Amino acid sequence: MASIDPEIARTQEERKKMEQQLSSLTSVNYDPELYGGTNKFEDYVSSIPVNDEEENVDAMDPGLGRRLPSYTAPASLLKEMPRGGVEEDDMGFKKPQRIIDREDDYRRRRLNRVISPDRHDAFASGDKTPDVSVRTYADVMREEALKREKEETLKAIAKKKKEEEEAKEQEKETGGGAVQQPTQKRRNRWDQSQDDGSAKKAKTGSDWDLPDSTPGIGRWDATPTPGRVADATPSISRRNRWDETPTPGRLADADATPAAGGATPGATPAGMTWDATPKLAGLATPTPKRQRSRWDETPATMGSATPMAGATPAAAYTPGVTPVGGVELATPTPSAINLRGAITPEQYNLLRWEKDIEERNRPLTDEELDAMFPQEGYKILDPPPSYVPIRTPARKLLATPTPLGTPLYAIPEENRGQQFDVPKEAPGGLPFMKPEDYQYFGALLNDEDEEELSPEEQKERKIMKLLLKVKNGTPPQRKTALRQLTDKAREFGAGPLFNRILPLLMQPTLEDQERHLLVKVIDRVLYKLDELVRPFVHKILVVIEPLLIDEDYYARVEGREIISNLSKAAGLATMIAAMRPDIDNIDEYVRNTTARAFSVVASALGIPALLPFLKAVCQSKKSWQARHTGIKIVQQIAILIGCAVLPHLRSLVEIIEHGLNDENQKVRTITALSLAALAEAAAPYGIESFDSVLKPLWKGIRSHRGKVLAAFLKAIGFIIPLMDAIYASYYTKEVVFILIREFQSPDEEMKKIVLKVVKQCVSTEGVEADYIRNDILPEFFRNFWVRRMALDRRNYRQLVDTTVEIANKVGVADIVGRIVEDLKDESEPYRRMVMETIEKVVANLGASDIDARLEELLIDGILYAFQEQTSDDANVMLNGFGAVVNALGQRVKPYLPQICGTIKWRLNNKSAKVRQQAADLISRIAVVMKQCHEEQLMGHLGVVLYEYLGEEYPEVLGSILGALKAIVNVIGMTKMTPPIKDLLPRLTPILKNRHEKVQENCIDLVGRIADRGAEFVPAREWMRICFELLEMLKAHKKGIRRATVNTFGYIAKAIGPQDVLATLLNNLKVQERQNRVCTTVAIAIVAETCSPFTVLPALMNEYRVPELNVQNGVLKSLSFLFEYIGEMGKDYIYAVTPLLEDALMDRDLVHRQTAASAVKHMALGVAGLGCEDALVHLMNYVWPNIFETSPHVINAVMEAIEGMRVALGAAVVLNYCLQGLFHPARKVREVYWKIYNSLYIGAQDALVAAYPLLEDEQNNIYSRPELVMFI
Amino acid sequence: MQASDRFNINSQLEHLQAKYVGTGHADLNRFEWAVNIQRDSYASYVGHYPLLAYFAIAENESIGRERYNFMQKMLLPCGLPPEREDD
Repeated sequence: MASIDPEIARTQEERKKMEQQLSSLTSVNYDPELYGGTNKFEDYVSSIPVNDEEENVDAMDPGLGRRLPSYTAPASLLKEMPRGGVEEDDMGFKKPQRIIDREDDYRRRRLNRVISPDRHDAFASGDKTPDVSVRTYADVMREEALKREKEETLKAIAKKKKEEEEAKEQEKETGGGAVQQPTQKRRNRWDQSQDDGSAKKAKTGSDWDLPDSTPGIGRWDATPTPGRVADATPSISRRNRWDETPTPGRLADADATPAAGGATPGATPAGMTWDATPKLAGLATPTPKRQRSRWDETPATMGSATPMAGATPAAAYTPGVTPVGGVELATPTPSAINLRGAITPEQYNLLRWEKDIEERNRPLTDEELDAMFPQEGYKILDPPPSYVPIRTPARKLLATPTPLGTPLYAIPEENRGQQFDVPKEAPGGLPFMKPEDYQYFGALLNDEDEEELSPEEQKERKIMKLLLKVKNGTPPQRKTALRQLTDKAREFGAGPLFNRILPLLMQPTLEDQERHLLVKVIDRVLYKLDELVRPFVHKILVVIEPLLIDEDYYARVEGREIISNLSKAAGLATMIAAMRPDIDNIDEYVRNTTARAFSVVASALGIPALLPFLKAVCQSKKSWQARHTGIKIVQQIAILIGCAVLPHLRSLVEIIEHGLNDENQKVRTITALSLAALAEAAAPYGIESFDSVLKPLWKGIRSHRGKVLAAFLKAIGFIIPLMDAIYASYYTKEVVFILIREFQSPDEEMKKIVLKVVKQCVSTEGVEADYIRNDILPEFFRNFWVRRMALDRRNYRQLVDTTVEIANKVGVADIVGRIVEDLKDESEPYRRMVMETIEKVVANLGASDIDARLEELLIDGILYAFQEQTSDDANVMLNGFGAVVNALGQRVKPYLPQICGTIKWRLNNKSAKVRQQAADLISRIAVVMKQCHEEQLMGHLGVVLYEYLGEEYPEVLGSILGALKAIVNVIGMTKMTPPIKDLLPRLTPILKNRHEKVQENCIDLVGRIADRGAEFVPAREWMRICFELLEMLKAHKKGIRRATVNTFGYIAKAIGPQDVLATLLNNLKVQERQNRVCTTVAIAIVAETCSPFTVLPALMNEYRVPELNVQNGVLKSLSFLFEYIGEMGKDYIYAVTPLLEDALMDRDLVHRQTAASAVKHMALGVAGLGCEDALVHLMNYVWPNIFETSPHVINAVMEAIEGMRVALGAAVVLNYCLQGLFHPARKVREVYWKIYNSLYIGAQDALVAAYPLLEDEQNNIYSRPELVMFI
Repeated sequence: MQASDRFNINSQLEHLQAKYVGTGHADLNRFEWAVNIQRDSYASYVGHYPLLAYFAIAENESIGRERYNFMQKMLLPCGLPPEREDD
């Protein structure tokens, strides 16, 4: 074998060589790109991204037309410059993310909600009495009332129990105080746990009784939501019956039950076990009929074989069986795995994962080892006699599940052929189904004959298929499926559609992308269904509302869009009817999301429409929850629509104002918060609307404490900036003493609010500096400027902002004087906070207020703080230092030697960080050093930096280069030490460094030298640098590419185009595409810098090389070139026309494409400059290409024609067009009309004079007599 | 039409163009095109005051009358549409 291979290879090679010779000899020269192995379309992108913003921006970029201040490539080019082989690692293969993984407990409460059954649509049925089976508004309200009543009763019971207990406790304490023993304490606990149990039982009892009263069968008939996550906190208040029946998919239940079964009584006397057991028994015994029917209702796929551990077997378990049993049960038998769908997705995943690990870790068999190792050269040894194979029964036991009840170990059958995680192939070209999807789409896998199904079932199947395609399909599949769903929405009907879609959205394993797609489906379907959605409004809201509080911004926007569309489709009345019951729901989560949803409805249907309802809700006497939610709706409206509340401000305030005096504390709080939101939205207008709440607010701050007070203060903080100056100062004085009192509050939230309010008060006009200085400052600094504040990020930020705001009023000296000593504080975070404040204050207000003493302290402080910093976040200190030094300007002169000494010392430090900071500091203060005439010092620093160019840490090296650049910038080329001729050769090797920071700084520095001091460096050195730069034209970072283009231009100008050009043209022959593109850009840059006539001859000469790449490169360079030079092109257009003629007739598509774009740029450049003859000539060559189908080519051709429209006028192009508008072949007509249309849109008016004369027909007059009028 | 064609920029362009009244398509007939031409012409006459003044002098009408006439003519500029022969 081995001997044959090279022989074959040799023969093949020979033959290839011969063929090549042959082809070069024959007269018809085969173009290998057209006929040979290389794909001729590799230069094309297969499709143009439809929604690529970048491209749109390009087209509109106004910068294109202008002459740029420096040499540069077109923006479009710089952006699409091909990148090096390294892929961006952060892009691309990101794992799809499950929504549930990033949700917190609160957001997960969405899974507790039940998709309620359809509701009665009062509009559709007219006056008829609704059917008993249909749930009406009244039913829902009654249910809610019952639920609330139940809740209250339970609360009352709990309260009473607590009171009793306390009474008992007290009794004990008073009765037998001395006899208090540890045992007693223990008994206490026992009591308590038993009480808990009875409470739960009592509650269960009430639950049983409940649903009978509702005729509408309540939520029990609701579509079951499989796989709801278990309650994290099994608080009594929110447990409903759902939590007790083990809904499939809830792992918590599975875990809990076997444990209970396995536990031996007495061993753990914890009350928990005892509680659990009766529940378990009740579960297993199928006595209650209704519950039984519930089980029957769960989807068939979920059916019988629930491996949910416990359920049945646990009942049979006698306590005392080995605890292994429980474990065993939890791992289902292999047969259970094959019962697809019988287990929940989570379990399935777990199993799949386990299996996977098992499979990889299994020991290798002898056969496998034989196959792996070569036959000869190895010897199989007998195992030493002392060897005993390791057996770990425990692990084996876990790994090989046996059927129930046999605790003995059995050797498993090994079946390697079994593929556990490869699901059955979905039939009929359906996309891949994830295991989680089986419970929803499992029916599709049954190979039923569609003909036999009833029409209803067929419809269901169809919907499922389409949904699956949307959810898991490829983009084209998805697109068609989405379109079909939309088109047939009314045919399918609202019920079947939503009954399929909505449960999918409650799926716990849903991923972001999937949810996005499903939400999109709902959105599309909504448009079509219109009023038919009414019965389903609440259902939809249940699944969409959670989107409103999603942490992802786009999810929130999507949610808002859906709800807004929903409310437009269903109408206000239906929306209110659907959401009213949720307004006083007992669950805060439901109320919160409902309030947000209502605000969206308000913005969709207009606030005035909702006002009467809101008013009623906010004044609800029945429950504080309703009032709370009503007021919260107002708050959300304000947040959502911003300044658009202004027209309704007064009525909104009136609706909620009474809430400030509400008996419930929560209502008062939310009212104040709503007022704050309204004021924030309305700023700076609308103070008159708040007149009525000023008094209660200001009175309220005297009487309230804690949370309410914080809310009130917040409202005041937002209202004060709306006021006129006089009032603002009055009201500020009223509030300040409360604020000062609360300065000491230990509550973090209160602190933040107080700081914010101080900031708002201080920044208003009416508050005077003296007042702040005397009344606020002492307390403010005493309480807030403490180390602790620097530790919390939000406090830190707020405090800095507030202090800066105060400084704007009272001046720099006051603030800086108070905190400057703290720059030497021993806590670093605190020093940083001080530094940041000083930086901002000084940057805002300058340093002229700072006297000599303070100046000394300040410099001393910043030097200390700068030197003592250890943390990674170094920018604060650097910026602070820079800001202070720059603000002081010439006053720094005496301190400069000290500063430079520090810098020099630190440049020599062991830590890279310190060296970097020192170098960075040089670049910050270079300008000031110049102002202070410290050129000698700078020269010295330059030499020092130059010596450090051997730095090995790229971050530090980048900073050093930056520092050198700063020095070169201020002292100029001639005075620079070390001299440029020494510096530059040292930089050339650094250009090779791949680190971005190094590259950018280095290129900047080189560019600066090329611009100002090219004569100090020999041309040969510049040539060398040119070719280093070529590589960098494709850098990732835009800044680097821009700097490179600039530098390239400077260099070409400095050393003349000839040498550079010769090498560049050679470069066009390189195979690598990226390199070629970079070279074309470089050529264009050279042409622009050194005038086109220096470049064009050589370039055109290069076109004669019979090589595709070279010719394309030349054409591309021409295209860029004409794009740059614009009007200048008119001198060269005749010269290049023959070349373009040739290119436009070439059989290679890319030739024609590039030539067409060259023609476009040329035409646009010379419009109105009298080159029509050449352009018409070129147009004749462009025109035949209009039938091209490749997207890039046709684009280029169409753009060329557009360019011609501009240069030649619409009439000329119309004449070209007329021949095909009514061509017998449709394909031809289509293309011509497309051209006509873009012509029409571009120059409609100009066409009027050029339209052809049409002859009248019998009834129709087509002539335009006005045009022939003549005076 | 290829699958790739459906999503590319050109189809978008066509979609965009179709939004403008007065653009055409492959199934446009002579009458419809003529109507567009006529309306565009009248709109142009009305829009260019010097042109309107010229017509007014030529027809010995006031400029306002001319403008009014042109506006009126934009309604059914070519008369009623001809019967479709293929229906």
